[in-house]
Amino acid sequence: MADSVDVNKGLPANPEKATLDGKNKFLGMFVFLAGETTMFATFFGTYLGLRSGTGSGPEAADLFQLPLVFIMTMLLLTSSLTSVLATFAMKKNQFAKLKLWMWITFLLGATFLGLEIYEFVEYYEHGLGYTTSAFASSFYTLVGLHGAHVLFGLAWILLLLLRNRKAGITLTNAPKFYAFSLYWHFIDLVWVFIFTVVYLMGIGG
Amino acid sequence: MVSEATNTRKKSVLWDWLTTVDHKKIAILYLIAGTLFFVKAGLMAVLFRIQLIAPEMEFISGQTFNELVTMHGTIMLFLAATPLIFAFANFAIPLQIGARDVAFPFVNALGFWLFLSGGILLSISWFFGGAPDAGWTSYVPLASREFGGLGIDFYVLGLQISGFGTLISGINFIVTIINMRAPGMTMMRLPLFCWTMLVTSMLIVFAFTPLAAGLALLMLDRIFDAQFFIPGEGGNVVLWQHIFWIFGHPEVYILVMPAFGIISEVVPAFSKKRLFGYTSMVFAVLIIGFLSFMVWLHHMFTVGVGPIANSVFAIATMTIAVPTGIKIFNWLFTMWGGKIKFTTAMHFGASFVPTFVLGGVTGVMLAMAPVDHLYHDTYFVVAHFHYIIVGGIVLGLLAGLFYWYPKMFGHKLNETLGIIFFWIFYIGFHLTFFVQHILGLIGMPRRVYTYLEGQGMDTMNFISSVGAFLMSVAIIILVINIIYSALKAERITEKDPWDARTLEWATSTPVAEYNFAQTPQVRSLDPVFYEKIHGNGEMKPAEPLDEIHMPNGSILPFIMGVGMFIAGFGFISFHMDLFISPYVIIAIGGITFFGAMAARSLQNDHGYHIDKETVESMEKELS
Repeated sequence: MADSVDVNKGLPANPEKATLDGKNKFLGMFVFLAGETTMFATFFGTYLGLRSGTGSGPEAADLFQLPLVFIMTMLLLTSSLTSVLATFAMKKNQFAKLKLWMWITFLLGATFLGLEIYEFVEYYEHGLGYTTSAFASSFYTLVGLHGAHVLFGLAWILLLLLRNRKAGITLTNAPKFYAFSLYWHFIDLVWVFIFTVVYLMGIGG
Repeated sequence: MVSEATNTRKKSVLWDWLTTVDHKKIAILYLIAGTLFFVKAGLMAVLFRIQLIAPEMEFISGQTFNELVTMHGTIMLFLAATPLIFAFANFAIPLQIGARDVAFPFVNALGFWLFLSGGILLSISWFFGGAPDAGWTSYVPLASREFGGLGIDFYVLGLQISGFGTLISGINFIVTIINMRAPGMTMMRLPLFCWTMLVTSMLIVFAFTPLAAGLALLMLDRIFDAQFFIPGEGGNVVLWQHIFWIFGHPEVYILVMPAFGIISEVVPAFSKKRLFGYTSMVFAVLIIGFLSFMVWLHHMFTVGVGPIANSVFAIATMTIAVPTGIKIFNWLFTMWGGKIKFTTAMHFGASFVPTFVLGGVTGVMLAMAPVDHLYHDTYFVVAHFHYIIVGGIVLGLLAGLFYWYPKMFGHKLNETLGIIFFWIFYIGFHLTFFVQHILGLIGMPRRVYTYLEGQGMDTMNFISSVGAFLMSVAIIILVINIIYSALKAERITEKDPWDARTLEWATSTPVAEYNFAQTPQVRSLDPVFYEKIHGNGEMKPAEPLDEIHMPNGSILPFIMGVGMFIAGFGFISFHMDLFISPYVIIAIGGITFFGAMAARSLQNDHGYHIDKETVESMEKELS
């Protein structure tokens, strides 16, 4: 059966897909992300439909500051890169490197999340409460949902790193690290769309 | 019930069922829960049919009527049909593809417990100031905080939780069907039920996520005063309709496709012929699945989206009739010239075809956007979708029940009682819903709790109510049949009591917990039938007899279900006067849920092995 892989001669080239369990996690994660895509698409659609509905509250162009958003984007894109470097290390069976890159990913993600919270507080002080207008509700919901995903991803990688801190790369934990990195790429990709649709179109469009 | 000989680990019965990750037991849990919800929602229908039996009845109030129709629709779709489909899917998919279990047994159990906690959360609304009353579609602004009562909070949170369970089960089925097939079971040898469940699961992934988003928006509007659907500060009420129907139309196909699949198993088995046009069936399923996302606007023809949009969606809707027609003719040609054996399952299978055609024809009528203005929100629509849902889905599910019952429970259901049940149910169904076409055409609106005398509606409403009573009599006969057969029916030990064709009939009855001692080698479409003709009647093994790896049971899915229930109740309690703050309840529920999730990810659970000797002795005992 595919469950039993001979690891006497070291890990196989793709440890994340060497077992049936790993293959299942790999495919399952992709299907899950397909579902997430439609869910985010719904929130994007809602935002696009309601973004001019500012009522008596402030508008997008009054609030958004590109420098901050640019820094956030760079942080998250870099964290995506570091998670790729981590999976490269995993395929070469370099556990210390895997951990190092994943910790850097974690720190970049956490900084991003901190800036997002700062951003929300800032907007709130400029009069954009959650209930102020349809624009406000749909903005906070879309971007906040992305933030919640980042938070979940941070908790996930933290648990993985703490639990496997001494485990080395095995056929059991390789698919888990890999599934996390897929998830993290997805979060990153969603942010690229948020950057374009929410911030660039908010200021320029 | 599942015999002791099929289990290697001894546990108390209750603990076993709470912690099981065995797909066959989860199937039975789904079957029981789905049946209970089905009976409950059916009784609600009887209550409002009593109210409508004569003009100006005062049996129940208008408010109660609204609550009953809302709960009838919501329960039937989300908490009765869906779990009953999942019952058969859970049971049949791993057996039909020659797998030992689903891809993620833990997630499978979690899906069930989330579905159940969501369903119970929705159901307790009756005790907290009334059930949801805005229809199963919960259109805003009727369902917004200003006009809708507390019941709608239960609707939003209950469906959110049970929908999450449905979603993860759907992911599980996709991965199972793609990754877990036995050697030789290529995609084009998959039994059609697996194909339909694969497409259904894809639809779940792409349709239940917009629903989750929509329900979240409605919840945020209602509980946290967001502005999505409130026009005053820039919100838009039509947005809800779009989101709801982007989910809602595929939902119909999510429910009816597995019924197509069951019929495609039952009809060849009892016609003693292979399914006519297997390949075209597969492509028809794929095309229907694709088109189901292209037609949501036909629920909104009268909203005023414009003639161009209406025309495009009208034509897209009519296109669906083509692949569906292909399927209908394939079933007919399967029966044509076959040695048909009219068992109860085949009664349901064969009657499905013409009944479903009636529902399809009215569907094409409704797809004509200009005339739809006449039918919209009348009993014509009610009649149409009940011909699809009862005449399609329920007949399919009942066929599946009688067909798979011996494999699931080790004895057949009584055939005489079964056929009596069939006829009473079938006649009752047509009495109830056929006249509703005409009621709709002469102008009776749906969801209105009474009508005036002398408008030509009295007799037909009376007939319709009598039909509803007949259907409930039929369901009572089914219950009697189940109890009678459990006590009296002959135990079945043979593998293949129906002389059927697909791989699930190669397992022992009752099915051992590991399904197949040796993974079978599949050599053809309809592998069991192929071995009966070209082999010695037994499946050839694809691997030597060896120890078998099994997943451990776990109580965590149950705990996560409880956690979600508590958290959901916490969100609802924002508008209740409770002695305890909603934040506390949400925190308790959230910590329970995420705590159990973290516990699961921190524990090292590699499952266990059944050794070779135990497998050999179990195989001997079962054969």
